[in-house]
Amino acid sequence: MVELILFWIFALLAVGGAFGVVVHPNPAKSALLLVLTFFALAGEYVLLMAHFIAIVHVAVYAGAIMVLFLFVIMLLNVPEETRTSRLWGIMRYAGFTLAILLFAEIGYFGFKGFQTAYVQETDLGTVERIGQALFSKYVLPFEIASILLLVAMLGALYLSKRKLEIVGDGKTAPAGKKTEEVLVEE
Amino acid sequence: MHAVPINHFLILAAILFGLGVVGVVSRRNAIVIFMSIELMLNAVNLTFISFSNYLNDIEGQIFVFMVMVVAAAEVAVGLAIIVAIFRLRETVHVDDIKLLKW
Amino acid sequence: MSLELLTILIAALKVVVVISLVLVTVMILTLMERKISGWIQNRYGPNRVGWGGILQPVADGVKFFTKEDIIPGHVDRFLYLMAPAIALVPALMTFAIVPFGDQMNFFLFGHEITLQFQLVDLNVGILYFVSIASLGVYGLIVGGFGSNNKYSMLGGLRSSAQMISYEIPMGLSIIAVVMLSGSLRLNDVVMDQAGLWNVVRQPLGFIIFVVAAFAETNRLPFDLPEAEQELVGGYHTEYSSMKFSSFMIAEYSNLITSSALITTLYFGGWQVPGLELLSLPIWLEQFLQILAFLVKTSFFIFLYMWVRWTFPRFRYDQLMNLGWKSMLPLALLNIVLTGAWIAYF
Repeated sequence: MVELILFWIFALLAVGGAFGVVVHPNPAKSALLLVLTFFALAGEYVLLMAHFIAIVHVAVYAGAIMVLFLFVIMLLNVPEETRTSRLWGIMRYAGFTLAILLFAEIGYFGFKGFQTAYVQETDLGTVERIGQALFSKYVLPFEIASILLLVAMLGALYLSKRKLEIVGDGKTAPAGKKTEEVLVEE
Repeated sequence: MHAVPINHFLILAAILFGLGVVGVVSRRNAIVIFMSIELMLNAVNLTFISFSNYLNDIEGQIFVFMVMVVAAAEVAVGLAIIVAIFRLRETVHVDDIKLLKW
Repeated sequence: MSLELLTILIAALKVVVVISLVLVTVMILTLMERKISGWIQNRYGPNRVGWGGILQPVADGVKFFTKEDIIPGHVDRFLYLMAPAIALVPALMTFAIVPFGDQMNFFLFGHEITLQFQLVDLNVGILYFVSIASLGVYGLIVGGFGSNNKYSMLGGLRSSAQMISYEIPMGLSIIAVVMLSGSLRLNDVVMDQAGLWNVVRQPLGFIIFVVAAFAETNRLPFDLPEAEQELVGGYHTEYSSMKFSSFMIAEYSNLITSSALITTLYFGGWQVPGLELLSLPIWLEQFLQILAFLVKTSFFIFLYMWVRWTFPRFRYDQLMNLGWKSMLPLALLNIVLTGAWIAYF
């Protein structure tokens, strides 16, 4: 019973936060609402007995990724989204239709098979079990993930490296040649 | 005794995924679009963990771990790209950067 | 009285006692910091209120409560009001996992109760600390962004970059400790140090952890987010009265928690070497252990203040160079060395 109440509290927070992310015009507040959603999701993970994932989720998403988002939003001083494009009306309806279709599809299958299945008490989510799995059967994906992180780090370094050169009128400007090529490929 | 049916989690994940799709389709700010993608990734994570619990199999949680790694890498590179674009064009509005060249 | 009710009551009582202890300690620390700074700089410090200035924290509290609560016109109201709360909550949450004594069995209303001198004994205790400590930065970022002021904004920017950079060496130095103890539970880490404290086995990790903890709590050699000389007050420039004091309480609670964690991770927690040889009665032994924990923690709090009035502030590029180019490689080296040590012995 307690679990069900907690589920609903977290679910409402998550959905409310996610809705706010999507509709709020100010990107900084969107980011903070997304943090709220991530917290609610961590609560859901705990209810699903995935303790390790829940805590890593908070550390990675709320502790690192969203701080990075806020850092970039503050750095670029992104203004509120006031300008709406010509496509905004059509896009909005397309988005909502797509979303409702997705709810219907996934919700249908969700209701079909798992209505009578309840959350089980397991020790699946403990650090010991995850660690044993990660370092035995899944050690190759784990290592590949670390290489992926290294590649991402190098990519981010390369992209954010600023090359300065003096242009004609004496102003400094980013050379941009190489950066632009990478951007085009992306 | 746990009394939360698995399908509750699945439907919650579906709703979150749908909201993420709405964000990607309707917003024009590159950073907010990016955040909506994160939201979709998290909805998928919730599904993985629900099924991991339902099947009593650890594979789902390992996969969530991998998704987090990919998300972290994606954010690092993606935000670097957004900052690089901002340096060139002084905007993060995706309609202003729809031309891929200059 | 049923056992469940009793357990819940004890848990609630523990929460109340620990939180109020932390808050009272914060009050004492505000006085202690000013007294110590006076002592280090060869002056008196506050000595007017009460006996030798002992009531100064009360006077400060009264002042904070009765001051006019100003909300400047140009701020983002919602973020501005949320920021002190966002800063305070993680600061108080992290103390939940610190063990300050061995567990204790006694009988109450005919039930055998095991009292843990720790709010929650999480099996992912250290990860909990790392993740919650990394949330402390939100208060600073939100405060800086919501104030809508360039100095506050710079403070918020600096704090977000600083926190992300120093979390990594901190986490890596903790990993070496976890490798030795083989458990993420803080009680097991303390038990593991019964023979030899981790500061002897992990000298490099200890130094890295302490430096990173200073940076995480924004204390002086690293207090760039609020650098008075360049940023007025940094992220809290626009704050006054109780909202300002919430930021201060958060800073001091972070200080207490990190001192307690330095003690737990590297200085044996509540362990006193050779205490069991004296064969004291169990209650006295436990009392001495808790006392030892408090003394060690107080020493590290003192160290924080000592360093504050001894070292000048880093420049921003020095801070980043130290974090990424020295401490990160050293922390990795520490892990490799620890692994080799474990493999060899």
